[in-house]
Amino acid sequence: MAEFDLIVIGSGPGGYVAAIRASQLGLKTAIVERENLGGICLNWGCIPTKALLKSGEKYESLSHLKDYGLSAEKIGFDFDAIIQRSRNVAKQLNGGVGFLMKKNKVEVIEGTAKLEKGKDAPKVVIALKAGGSRTVEAKSVMLAVGARARAIPQIGLEADGDRIWAYREAMAPKFMPKSIVVIGSGAIGIEFGSFYRALGAEVTVVEALDRIMPVEDEEVSRAAQKAFEKRGMKFRTGCKVTRVAKDKSGVKVSIEAGGKAETLEAEVCISAVGITANTDGIGLEALGVNMDRGHVTIDGHCATNVKGLYAIGDCAGAPWLAHKASHEGIHAAEHIAGFKTPTVQSPIAGCTYAQPQVASVGVTEQQAKAEKREVKIGRFPFKVNGKAIASGDTEGFVKTIFDAKTGALIGAHLIGAEVTEMIQGYVTAMTMEATEEDVHGIVYPHPTMSEAMHEAALDAYGRVIHV
Amino acid sequence: MTDILMPALSPTMEEGVLAKWHVKVGDVVSAGQVIAEIETDKATMEVEAVDEGEVLEILVAEGTEGVKVNTPIARLAGDDAAPAPKKAEAPKDETKAGSANAAAPASEPATEAPKAAPAPAPATAAGERIFASPLARRIAAQNGVDLSTVKGTGPHGRIVRRDVEGVKGGAGTAAAAGAPPKGEPRQVLSLEQQGIPAGSYDLIPLDGMRKAIARRLTDSFRDVPHFPLTIDCEIDGLLAARARVNAMLEKDGVKVSVNDFVLKASAMALKAVPEANASYTPEGIAMHHHADVAMAVAIDGGLITPIVRACETKSLRQIATEAKDLAKRARDRKLKPDEFQGGTFSVSNLGMFGIKAFASIINEPQGAIMSVGAGEQRPVVKDGQLAVATVMTVTLTCDHRVVDGAVGARFLQVFKAMIEDPVTMLA
Repeated sequence: MAEFDLIVIGSGPGGYVAAIRASQLGLKTAIVERENLGGICLNWGCIPTKALLKSGEKYESLSHLKDYGLSAEKIGFDFDAIIQRSRNVAKQLNGGVGFLMKKNKVEVIEGTAKLEKGKDAPKVVIALKAGGSRTVEAKSVMLAVGARARAIPQIGLEADGDRIWAYREAMAPKFMPKSIVVIGSGAIGIEFGSFYRALGAEVTVVEALDRIMPVEDEEVSRAAQKAFEKRGMKFRTGCKVTRVAKDKSGVKVSIEAGGKAETLEAEVCISAVGITANTDGIGLEALGVNMDRGHVTIDGHCATNVKGLYAIGDCAGAPWLAHKASHEGIHAAEHIAGFKTPTVQSPIAGCTYAQPQVASVGVTEQQAKAEKREVKIGRFPFKVNGKAIASGDTEGFVKTIFDAKTGALIGAHLIGAEVTEMIQGYVTAMTMEATEEDVHGIVYPHPTMSEAMHEAALDAYGRVIHV
Repeated sequence: MTDILMPALSPTMEEGVLAKWHVKVGDVVSAGQVIAEIETDKATMEVEAVDEGEVLEILVAEGTEGVKVNTPIARLAGDDAAPAPKKAEAPKDETKAGSANAAAPASEPATEAPKAAPAPAPATAAGERIFASPLARRIAAQNGVDLSTVKGTGPHGRIVRRDVEGVKGGAGTAAAAGAPPKGEPRQVLSLEQQGIPAGSYDLIPLDGMRKAIARRLTDSFRDVPHFPLTIDCEIDGLLAARARVNAMLEKDGVKVSVNDFVLKASAMALKAVPEANASYTPEGIAMHHHADVAMAVAIDGGLITPIVRACETKSLRQIATEAKDLAKRARDRKLKPDEFQGGTFSVSNLGMFGIKAFASIINEPQGAIMSVGAGEQRPVVKDGQLAVATVMTVTLTCDHRVVDGAVGARFLQVFKAMIEDPVTMLA
């Protein structure tokens, strides 16, 4: 007899949201967590990095006080206090998830789960944190076990908590490093690079591909590199890391570019070379769960090939983003509760909270070209937007991509201040299946940075006003 | 000054070949004069001038393929008061539309193409508002899809992109210019990729008719759930009746063929079993008032199906006269669109080639098609004795969405009774 309707394994932004939704729909739900409620996102990812970045951003803005007619003396920072604030933020949100579980009557089981063959769904055997083990059965089981930083031991790229850091060490470091080599220029590498640079560290970012932030539109990549270089960050693109070696004083990162070898030296190295799904050691192989390069294979309702077993979020494949995990968690919970309507297929935006911020959704110009789609492209720079000029945030631009035939908005790429807050306007438009006429017809409030979103859409059709 | 536009020679025509010009620059044409020939996917048609005037310019050269309906093809100087043919689209807003857009259909205006007014929120016949996303509305308009026939799967039943993508436009809805060719026959690999070397064959370009055959029959065979029903008919009685009828009509120069009897009998059987004279539509089953029987006629480079309208009301003599005329004009490619579009049932006869039995592909939106084999002497068993009879095998291909097995069988029973004893058609 199944004790629960649903057991969720992992309480990150995918798992805990799924558990709440399931409980709302009347399912008796339990959630298993081996470490901290809220998962990486709340404790070691999205949220605490935003706290760090805000400190960095505020500190950097102090050096521009004169531009605003202000002055201050004895400007400085307390590194430990910055880190402590970030930890406090994580702690507060972790407590918040605990409250939400209680409020929604979701039973929290602290321990590490393994799956075994079961009746309706696999049995969940939990090695309890408090000692002992507990076996629970449910009609459905949802894997929301997330992912961890990828290590490449062959070249010595493995976090050691000392000189070689992954996101965890970089989030709660023992000291403020004077120089850093960041390996990988995705969102995580760029955010840490941006934070430490703001506090004065020498930062060099190494990227294997020929441009930084390679998932972004090429124009955005170029503008981002220029903006970061202006702040003193250094970049080595098209570079292969062949060896990471450490000694007492620091690390030596051997790189190779165009056949030429070179060694970069720094106090620490931050590894940001992607993620590995936490799908090992759960017993998935024995159950015969279909996998693809370490990720669980799922269908349109997040169901696996094993009866009663679902998977959502990072462990079920790209994009590895918290909001994608939450969306899948809600969808899967509703499917388990018997909902028939297909949920809205919202595009998943990606955000990077460096200075300047980068946000994007849909296809890049390069992807559209590769797919041989006929497109109309619009651009609008913030340097001619009134609010941006008044705020002193004139860096960056908005770029839109429309399907030439149907007028559907199929891509948007933004770089500049607070663009991570703006992108959802385009996400809404795309989810509602807006055409250029709809976006052109929207009245954007004045004066706002988001007026640039209107202008970029107008520009795609040769109707831009302020250029 | 007046532009002559590419005419739509049939409701479904989207483009055609400008086959021949009968006028040249400097000629003065009068209203009603034949000025050009246009080849559509069905036939070659003559274009008559609507206005009088001197031909100033030929805008589309002879032999140009894929000329979109409403594209200007020539320009006449004439009485400015003469009613100009209707323009393709009126510019919607403040664009620099000017005269450039009409004169240069091929090149896109620099900034913004003139476009149709935005589609108003559609409504059902009852005036109920249809909820559809802006993108779904636009794709539907581009593909000629009637949104009232589409089921929405978005929030609150809203029609979204996935609901309209891949839906075929209804007949008679003029698709907007620029719509992609629908249902082109699929060819995954080139012949070379399939091991047939280039140079080992000659390539005959696809003309409009070949493309239409490929498209319509591919769509039908793929999309219509079809099944065949076969029955043998003894036609010795029919042959005797035919001899008597023809003896009577000889003085008028009319000769009734076996096929004319088949047309007549199938029309009468459709009248007796009206469920077989029907078309499937998303709104419901259309029960046709008349048996408009189309007959497949092989012509050079393809086939065409001219129609004997209200065939159940016509005498054998009328049917024979009409069928002969239609077949001749079909071969000369002189049929008018309304003479080959809109039948309710088809008859295809390959008996003259000695084919015993075959099953044709349904001619959408018809509910069934009858394939007629050769009438030949065959051994038959009568009252336990072997005998010889002239037997003709017919096969009815049915669209199972409208004509179920029992309905098709009843139709064939009635048909067989009438064809074996033609006098019953008088009843």
